[in-house]
Amino acid sequence: MSIDRLGIIIGGSWANGLDIKLNSSFEIEDVIVGSLVTVQGKNSRFFGIISDMVLEASDQSLRSSPPDIDDPFITKIISGTGAFTVIKFSPHLSITNKANSILHGPEPALTIPSHFASAFPASDSDINLIYGKEDEKHLWIGSPLGLEDSRLCIDLERLVQRSTGVFGRSGTGKTFLTRILLAGILQKGVATNLVFDMHNDYGYQGTNEKGNPVKGLKLLFPNRVALFSLDRDSFVRRKVSPDAEVKIGYAEITPDDIRILAETLDLSHLAVEATYRLAQFYGQSNWLREFLSIDPRDELNELAKSLNEFPSTLGSLHRKLERLKRLSFVTETAPEDAVTRILEYLNRGIHVVLEFGKYYDDYLAYIFVTNLLTRRIHEQYVRRVEESMGDQSKEPRPLVITIEEAHRFLTPAIASQTIFGNIAREMRKYKVSLLIVDQRPSGIDEEVLSQLGTRMTYRLDNERDVDAVLAGASGARELRRVLSRLDSRQQALIFGDALPMPTVIRTRDYGTNESYQEFGLKNSVDHQKQMEQDAKDLFGDGE
Amino acid sequence: MLSEHKSPDLSRIGEVVEATSISFTVHCYELHLGAPLGALIKTDTPEIFAVVNNVSTSSIDPTRRPVARGQDEKDSDSVYLHNPQLKKLLKTEIHALIVGHKDNNNLHQYLPALPPRIHAFAHHCNIDDLRKFTQKLGFLPLLLEGPPTLADEITSAFLRQAALTHPDPDSFLFTSGQEVAQLLGNDLRRLNSLLRRLK
Repeated sequence: MSIDRLGIIIGGSWANGLDIKLNSSFEIEDVIVGSLVTVQGKNSRFFGIISDMVLEASDQSLRSSPPDIDDPFITKIISGTGAFTVIKFSPHLSITNKANSILHGPEPALTIPSHFASAFPASDSDINLIYGKEDEKHLWIGSPLGLEDSRLCIDLERLVQRSTGVFGRSGTGKTFLTRILLAGILQKGVATNLVFDMHNDYGYQGTNEKGNPVKGLKLLFPNRVALFSLDRDSFVRRKVSPDAEVKIGYAEITPDDIRILAETLDLSHLAVEATYRLAQFYGQSNWLREFLSIDPRDELNELAKSLNEFPSTLGSLHRKLERLKRLSFVTETAPEDAVTRILEYLNRGIHVVLEFGKYYDDYLAYIFVTNLLTRRIHEQYVRRVEESMGDQSKEPRPLVITIEEAHRFLTPAIASQTIFGNIAREMRKYKVSLLIVDQRPSGIDEEVLSQLGTRMTYRLDNERDVDAVLAGASGARELRRVLSRLDSRQQALIFGDALPMPTVIRTRDYGTNESYQEFGLKNSVDHQKQMEQDAKDLFGDGE
Repeated sequence: MLSEHKSPDLSRIGEVVEATSISFTVHCYELHLGAPLGALIKTDTPEIFAVVNNVSTSSIDPTRRPVARGQDEKDSDSVYLHNPQLKKLLKTEIHALIVGHKDNNNLHQYLPALPPRIHAFAHHCNIDDLRKFTQKLGFLPLLLEGPPTLADEITSAFLRQAALTHPDPDSFLFTSGQEVAQLLGNDLRRLNSLLRRLK
């Protein structure tokens, strides 16, 4: 099967990209910016993407006196000779003819092809060579531009080794891509997922833009996912029961947990400091209970005097902390420790999704719960890793924590103080990494963004958001051009550790029966067998 | 026999009376005929191909110019009828640009080492010759040489005639148009006007 030659190299540079003169037989409108190209050099093959297209003329008088366009004979002759197209191509990877190079696969390109080297659109076998074939480490994520039937894979192992970001305006498909990533991580078993599902998209069932139901992780992998809930009623309405309910007792809430809510609760700096003094005064496990139980009209002044605080500060703090009390999942004493329960599942390799139910739009609830639980779970992971003292068999399984609306947790002001900032910076030292889903990357602390190993982004219209996503990425200028031209749905630019080179893909479908089967959703017979096996895994062999 | 003898005669135009490395002049046997502008002609031994780029008729004696004779005649044919000596006093010459030559049956589309001899016979090229010659277009730079407007006229005339000998004339014109476009790349106005003449 011969592929038509795209053109030949006629100039350019390593720094700014090579110029390919488009073959006159190639229809210019068939060439897509962002699509993959292969260039055959003398001893190496180069792979890269098209980053720009330029219309040029051999004589500038073409601009002032163009040929008569009603004369197809002349126009056709001049297109391709006096008027021609130059495609800018950036070589990212190369593979030489030598045996060990073929073994290792493509490496970052350190040289360029010579003049007149032939360029071709990348083929299926090129895709497999560059990105790897689907296997236990590689997840099929979508198809490259112009090659709708090819399966392009990401290296899932490398993906979970560092934190990942999924960005895009609302409605672009971030949720779908996240579902695919989570399902893939689950299916390939490279890590365990803990998802803080603010909008109830990932756990049981979500909807697509047409309003049709889309299966969540629990429906795809019923015996390997535990659904936790903050709002039992939402489950009851759907006639499903969660595997566990999360309740947070006052005793679990520390001043650190209040500090991260400063912006949401509109707490002054003084108020935040006051919480620490309260904790000192009453003790870590009692302070909130005690503080909330006092009558603000009578006892506040007394308390203010003992703590050496302004009564107004304490008064404002008291009012605002009342909001916490009003959250139905916050109780004086919790029936059981949610964190312990979650950890039990995680340790057995069961993935946990915490649905927020009626709190789907409540940022206070989301930030509060996500931060608190993560902080304590992370603590445990640190302890376990330190105790294992390098013995890998004793270390906990890798954990991926999915959070949405990250720009509320990770603003430059508080990123250094939150657990998420730490996790991003630790880079998996304690086997925990993040999967951040967000539509305003410009709101996220730059340092945290630069710690993201892989970034997946749909179209972003805001210049500052584009800057943020590309911060610290190599070849940002060229990526910028590609990013600004993405289709508004289903086209994402992915770059970072999980891919050998930045690539634009059309994400695979999720929501059809075929797509579910791809993730292993079995028919009834296999399903029964799988259920029995999963039950054994979940509950152990013995009775 | 007679017909065999006739064929070479029919294709014969005249004899070379002036020759340089890039062109030659043929004195034609027939007055006012010779070969049209843009036609492909060839000399014999050695076979040298050239394209007619000028046809001129003038007095044989450079000191005696023709004068008007037909004031009382009804048309110019009658002038010739009533002045039979004119045919001996006038000559037609064609000037042609060399575009190639054959050596040992190999056709080359570049200038020969030596021009044709004086008195070499010049012949028309038939359809076959023209088609074979224009399978390749390497001679184009030679034709496009010189004052642009004239060169463009000659080139387009030649290509138009050559196209008719090919099985797909439109395709030939297109391909030759592309070749010309490569050569005139930095002068798109000239290219445009030449291409217009190609149809």
